[in-house]
Amino acid sequence: MPPRTRTPASRRAVRHRLAADAGLLVVAAAFVLPLAWVVLSSLDAQADLRVKLPDGLTFDNFDAVLTPDITFTPLLNSLLLCGGGTALTVACAALAAYPLSRFRSRLNRPFLLTILFATSLPITAIMVPVYALFVQVNLIDTMQGTIFFFAASQLPFAIWLMKNFMDGVPKELEEAAWTDGASSFQSLVRVVLPLMGPGVAVVTVFSFVMMWGNFFVPFMLLLTPDQMPAAVSINEFFGNRGTVVYGQLAAFSVIYSTPVILLYVGVARRLGGGFALGGAVKG
Amino acid sequence: MSARSSTRSLTRALPRALPLTPAVILLLLFLAGPIAYCAYIAFTDLQLTGQAEDSFIGFENFRTAFGDEAFLNAVWLTLVFTVISALLGQNTLGLALAALMQRASKPVRTLVGGIVVTAWVLPEVVAGFLLYAFFRREGTLNAILDWLHLPTQNWLYTLPILAVSFANVWRGTAFSMLVYSAALNEIPKEITEAAEVDGAGGWRRMWHITLPMIRRSIGTNLMLITLQTLSVFGLIWVMTRGGPGGKSQTLPLFMYEEAFQKSMIGYGTAVALLLLVVGSLFSVLYLRLLRTEV
Repeated sequence: MPPRTRTPASRRAVRHRLAADAGLLVVAAAFVLPLAWVVLSSLDAQADLRVKLPDGLTFDNFDAVLTPDITFTPLLNSLLLCGGGTALTVACAALAAYPLSRFRSRLNRPFLLTILFATSLPITAIMVPVYALFVQVNLIDTMQGTIFFFAASQLPFAIWLMKNFMDGVPKELEEAAWTDGASSFQSLVRVVLPLMGPGVAVVTVFSFVMMWGNFFVPFMLLLTPDQMPAAVSINEFFGNRGTVVYGQLAAFSVIYSTPVILLYVGVARRLGGGFALGGAVKG
Repeated sequence: MSARSSTRSLTRALPRALPLTPAVILLLLFLAGPIAYCAYIAFTDLQLTGQAEDSFIGFENFRTAFGDEAFLNAVWLTLVFTVISALLGQNTLGLALAALMQRASKPVRTLVGGIVVTAWVLPEVVAGFLLYAFFRREGTLNAILDWLHLPTQNWLYTLPILAVSFANVWRGTAFSMLVYSAALNEIPKEITEAAEVDGAGGWRRMWHITLPMIRRSIGTNLMLITLQTLSVFGLIWVMTRGGPGGKSQTLPLFMYEEAFQKSMIGYGTAVALLLLVVGSLFSVLYLRLLRTEV
């Protein structure tokens, strides 16, 4: 007979763990159904709106949507818009964060408070005036206009995150660079930013993911169909084509979503799950 | 401070502030500018077509709004949507998931966290389609109810605001879950263990120890998810277009419809301004909660 080593307390702990596991799995089952639908339907020749196992796996849906018209052009547009917007955001945020993090000034606090205030404004609300404004200054239906607006809307949070990450880089290393005759800009680019590589990666990925998934901004600011990013062109599956081919819609959804999920996983793994929340929700 | 030293500090401060310029220009032109413009055209009768120029009409748009049944309906639905999906749904479910994860085994924790976070990372429109498929008459939810011999219905038609609220819970819970997981991880184990030894049951520990200790996280989380929920557009647009008959038309959709489908830019912007004002109030509250941090 094996020795009984389990104390009542550890038995209770096991019971609690099992109960917690069961509770979580029930919630997960509810959460996974819509995700299962999109994955299974994309591989199903007879996909409809219900979750079901396909009779046989097929890549026909992917074949059908992998055309310049349906997939490549919108994805390329998304890449241009979000890549451009992200590059602009990260560059401006890195520059802006430097004086905020490095120099004491009476203006820092009001500036940071304004930034934090802007972080939580409902951007959706200003899309109508932005449209009206863009019509007046001829930026409507232009990629660059949309990129500028994307960058501006993401900047407050990016500056805030970037500043917090920069605060974590010790000042001594920079001072060493200064003694060697480096300018502030050189020490920012050569010393500070490389040392906060993970922080820069977080800001970059977060900005990109937010823009990639954003629907309302390009929906309002772009009009020409061949400039539309995937976020808007996906609407076409429903809008004008009569009957919806759900399998193809699902296949397109999978293709469109995969990049951001991979990016998120790549960064989250290195930095822990709550990375995107950064400094904004400490407390 | 003497005039000379303040000049000197200015000449030193200016080059230091130089790197801020690109960000400040972008923010002024593309964020502050539109907000100021918003505050202006909300008081005009600007329209998209058929009008030579707009004129200043004072508070007329706001008076119209508060006498407009469709607007009041949108206010009410926004309130319902926010309370059900953010305050009750995302917040409570997020906290429950985070609390369960503290006790669960590692593989389950990883699996469940992964699924919930995937729903959060998905593009808004894709999330909308997935939930549209889930709630449609011939969709997954009814298939399950049918299998359980429970009554089915056309959710997007009979209870559209409930359907989009659940969709928002599905999409947004990960955020609260991550916030609360981080907060719970910071509670020292000794405190909960001491309470357990003293015989406090799970609920009492939650109520008297855990919740008071994470109250600031609760505050910031509620603030942020309320703001996010106030501005949801794509999800509802994809699922219901605000219909049927305005039954899921929250303020952002109402604003869009007035401004573009009815070409009343001035009126639509007045609604947007109200939304901005409400958002600003929440934003100020949020700053007060964080005030020790900056």
